[in-house]
Amino acid sequence: MAFVIVTAIIVIGTVLWNFVSPWWFSPLASNWGFLDTTILISLVITGIAFVLISAFILYCVVKFPYREGNKSEYEPENPALELKLTIITTIGVIALLAPGLYAWKLYVELPVDALEVEGVGQQWVWSYRFPGEDGVYGGTNGRLFSSKNTFGLNPDDPYGQDDILIRGGEVHLPINNKVVFQLRSKDVLHDFYVPQFRAKMDLVPGQQSNLWFEPTVLGTYEVACAEYCGTGHYAMRGVVVVDTEEDFKTWLAEQPTFAETMNEGANGEQIVQTLGCVACHSVDGSDGIGPTWRDTYGTNRALTSGETVVVDDEYIKTSIVNPMSQIAEGYAPVMPAYATLSDEELTAISDYIKTLSE
Amino acid sequence: MDQNSATYEGQKMYDPKGWWDTYVFSQDHKVIALQYVCVALAIGLTGMFLSLLMRMQLGFPGLFESIDAGSYYQDVTMHGMIMVIYLLTALFLGGFGNYLIPLMLGCRDMAFPFVNMLSFWMYFLSVIILVASFFVESGPTGAGWTLYPPQSILEGTPGGDGAGIILMLASLAVFIVAFTMGGLNYITTVLQSRAKGMTLMRMPLIIWCIFLATFLGLLAFPALLVGAIMLIFDRVLETSFFMPEIFKGGEVLDYGGGSPVLFQHLFWFFGHPEVYIIALPAFGIISELISVHARKNIFGYNMMVWALIAIAGIAFIVWAHHMYVAGMNPYLGFFFATTTLIIAVPTAIKVYNWVLTLWNANIKMTVPMLYCLAFLVTFLNGGLTGLFLGNVAVDVPLSDTYFVVGHFHMVMAVSPVLALYGGLYHWYPSVTGRMLNDTLGKIHFWITFVGTYLIYFPMHYIGFLGVPRRYYSNEQYDFIPQSVADLNQFITVCALIVGAAQFILLYNFIVSLYKGAIAPKNPWGACTLEWQTLESPPGHGNWGEQLPVVYRWPYEYGLPGATSDFVPQNVPDEQIT
Repeated sequence: MAFVIVTAIIVIGTVLWNFVSPWWFSPLASNWGFLDTTILISLVITGIAFVLISAFILYCVVKFPYREGNKSEYEPENPALELKLTIITTIGVIALLAPGLYAWKLYVELPVDALEVEGVGQQWVWSYRFPGEDGVYGGTNGRLFSSKNTFGLNPDDPYGQDDILIRGGEVHLPINNKVVFQLRSKDVLHDFYVPQFRAKMDLVPGQQSNLWFEPTVLGTYEVACAEYCGTGHYAMRGVVVVDTEEDFKTWLAEQPTFAETMNEGANGEQIVQTLGCVACHSVDGSDGIGPTWRDTYGTNRALTSGETVVVDDEYIKTSIVNPMSQIAEGYAPVMPAYATLSDEELTAISDYIKTLSE
Repeated sequence: MDQNSATYEGQKMYDPKGWWDTYVFSQDHKVIALQYVCVALAIGLTGMFLSLLMRMQLGFPGLFESIDAGSYYQDVTMHGMIMVIYLLTALFLGGFGNYLIPLMLGCRDMAFPFVNMLSFWMYFLSVIILVASFFVESGPTGAGWTLYPPQSILEGTPGGDGAGIILMLASLAVFIVAFTMGGLNYITTVLQSRAKGMTLMRMPLIIWCIFLATFLGLLAFPALLVGAIMLIFDRVLETSFFMPEIFKGGEVLDYGGGSPVLFQHLFWFFGHPEVYIIALPAFGIISELISVHARKNIFGYNMMVWALIAIAGIAFIVWAHHMYVAGMNPYLGFFFATTTLIIAVPTAIKVYNWVLTLWNANIKMTVPMLYCLAFLVTFLNGGLTGLFLGNVAVDVPLSDTYFVVGHFHMVMAVSPVLALYGGLYHWYPSVTGRMLNDTLGKIHFWITFVGTYLIYFPMHYIGFLGVPRRYYSNEQYDFIPQSVADLNQFITVCALIVGAAQFILLYNFIVSLYKGAIAPKNPWGACTLEWQTLESPPGHGNWGEQLPVVYRWPYEYGLPGATSDFVPQNVPDEQIT
């Protein structure tokens, strides 16, 4: 009897929970409301099956308890009943599958009249590219990546010169405009996911994947990486700002083109953004996978080796080029080595970190 | 074989001669089964411990300073791999398969006892290699149990640049060798060594399940093996099977031209059948237990067998439902969603037949029966949420969120473990000759059943909210409210209680070995052959001089005209009273 009572509470609780749960879909901010509908259809159909079958189990347990000397009914087969149940199940499955496949058709057919944006992932930062005035992306090649050419664009491609590069992890999009994201990754798998937009797609190095949606509510949304991408996965946070058409145009006009970025001198803040350093090293004093850079220049630092060193240019540069040689106490030895940065770039980074302590 | 070996029906038996032969390098299927069970439970406890470390970080972030992001991901990875492969696969097939196949089919041992012994020792070796990775510099791999390249073999993932990932892949390769040796044995034994009268359609359903799960394994594991070998090559020899051009750490690496998605196809071509390699034996245990303890013939045996065969077949064409948003050709989604939802039909038939077995039955609420019923509720829940994730577009918002974590733990962690516990309680008397303590069994049952439901059920809802899985910390995300952190605390507390409760089972196991009530022969009144041996527990060779002859199907409960409420398989019609 205890089993019947407890299980009945579990089953009823499971159903009621759907009406009182403090956690539910994030407020919808895109055209993908139909995906929510498919979830609701699934909840109703599977909920009915769950309740009916559980109730049948509990009924049997109550109705047919063991009595010494009793014998169960001998009925090995009942083809008519089995056929009936198979048909009912098939109908239920079709009722689930049909809206699912229909929604998928909408999801994978990319609109032609959409705004195009390229999303680029790397450990552990997001960046974006717009095709610029000519509306055509410049060619890219995985072998052309460098700490300066962070999108791997072909410098000789005339189509690429006006491409607009967004390197800070924050991208703006115009409201009520279909957007097609062409996604690629520089290193490992990532996944572009904004809970309020519902849409989601992996970024795969060496190939392109696509995703489209239409932002429908003004506001600022978080991008959360949804495909495990290494130690900093959970810290791979980005921001999407949905603007009015006008604000979006103003914002876009302020962003540098590829040609401009190739001509700018070494800028420490820009380098640490594009290399993704800030995913682990905060600039606001909060603790992360690595030590924060805020108010750290010139202080003493205990190392796992037992030594204590002063955080100066020398220490910072060595930590970038050969991080394993001096791991800060209390932190895991997980930082990749950035051995190919030029001395100019290293100095720029060091200078930038210095400004965070002023 | 030497002349000392006993000979039955012209077939020589291997005879152990000393302690080592009997208990360590034994070729007796029952001893090998026990060895599998003990090693699997030991490594399974390790896996559980890792999950509790993980839960500590999620529930009480920062409480343990030693759990940093790197070690958290190592715990996640090793927990997943240990539970799926080294605990459940090994325990169901190596443990239950080894013990039950010869006993239930009425033969003296496996077809190849020596290969069977090698199988266990290769498994043991694979576990040793796996455990060794905890002790190498930079520790075990933290690549997630799916081991997706490129990150699994690169810096930036724990163990990616050390020996951790190599040991993991090597351990898997050795495990596959062990599985293949065991698997060929199970298949051959089922097809060749059945007792007289034991037709295929008179086999107990659990044997059908283990037989089909073994088929799945033999066809699916090779895909993982090639994937693992190619990944080792990519890591050690810098081949580029799975590695495209990669820019990392400020430089372009020496890779190019490979496809990360190819690895995912290989992995899931193995990985999805693997789900059924675990689920089918659990189905089998439930089929046996529910019939015995409800004192009722299993409903729709023929349909059950054909549903199993359908599930096993379709299991090979659903793998890419793990990859809807992985960047593969999106039009494949239509195909894989359809096959995935089709597989729900035979699975539902199995559930119907279990619950219909309860109709007009004579239900004994024994501990194994409690586990059985709890399995039904849990599996129903987990199976139904699978219809969300399999249904392509519905999967998009839920993929890689806590909804997935809740779903797969319900359906392929808690459900199989409940079946497993039911099976352990049910067959313990056959193995040891003693009964387990009932009260301890019930306490363990209630904490496990209710506790795991409280752990995994709420996870579905933070999945609706969009909380991604595999996050070491949620603190910097504004869309994740404080209530999620509170929930995580609650779940962690539940997990600690459930974790601690497993020691009740362990205690019950060890103490009952010496103090348990002496089990009568066939304590549950089962029809299947493993309870009809001469000696109980069965001795070496299982059957004494005379092999059993089978006259009927294995679920002869409540037969009209018989005085007893069950008729064992080896009783001819004329002896029914």
